[in-house]
Amino acid sequence: MDDDNLVFKALADPTRRLLLDLLFARDGRSLTDLESGLQMTRFGAMKHLRVLEAAGLVISRRSGREKLHFLNPLPIRMVHDRWIDKYTERQVSALAELKQQLEDIA
Amino acid sequence: MIDRETNSAQIYRVYIKATPQAIWDAITRPEWTERYGYGGRGEFELRPGGAYQGLTSEDMRRMGAPEVAVDGEVIEADPPWRLVQTWRMVMDEGMSAEGFTRLTYEIKEGKGGVSRLTVTHDLTGAPKLAVLLAGELEEQGAGGGWSWVLSGLKTVLETGERLDTVPLGPD
Repeated sequence: MDDDNLVFKALADPTRRLLLDLLFARDGRSLTDLESGLQMTRFGAMKHLRVLEAAGLVISRRSGREKLHFLNPLPIRMVHDRWIDKYTERQVSALAELKQQLEDIA
Repeated sequence: MIDRETNSAQIYRVYIKATPQAIWDAITRPEWTERYGYGGRGEFELRPGGAYQGLTSEDMRRMGAPEVAVDGEVIEADPPWRLVQTWRMVMDEGMSAEGFTRLTYEIKEGKGGVSRLTVTHDLTGAPKLAVLLAGELEEQGAGGGWSWVLSGLKTVLETGERLDTVPLGPD
């Protein structure tokens, strides 16, 4: 699957967005720690974390006996650069054109 | 806005259509580092104990910045796979006072000419620097931190073009 698809699919779920928010608030957390912030079974939380990892939005690292989860914001940055900047740029250039037209009339 | 605890490592990972050597060069050679991110030359003595200096760009110096933005020391250099160094932002007094942090670059070769770059920046005890590097000061014209730097690195390697180098000021 296309990388952007994986990211959009991962972000389409409210629990997964909540997991990202939890990691944004405090990075490098264990499954047990994350689970306590969710109303959900351990299995459910693991499933969501796997989707986030496949999309590259979460990176896990072993630390002793624990597996810690970190937020990787780069895929979101790239979606932003590719899909959002493009359209805001158009607004800016539309304004620039409007200015040009108004000045031509004047 | 979510309150954020900043006392930990930040990890960034990006897949780049380039060889590990090309990525290594883009990180360690000044003629490459001036083509993305903050646009300054990065000067490395690539051996354990060797010096590192991240210089400011000409544009930044024109705006009154000092010559050196970041200093540090190379801890481990295993080209083109792994680079570990210390890293201290000296341009800002508050961040400079937080002292040296530890930065690790790891490069892995993947399938189809795509390599994986993972950057781990241990920012324990450096909350001010953590805020800058998370890109939270971007709207103040301080650049978008690691996400912005690494997305620029990917762009320059894949397309030969640079993203905007000079941080944009407030609108």
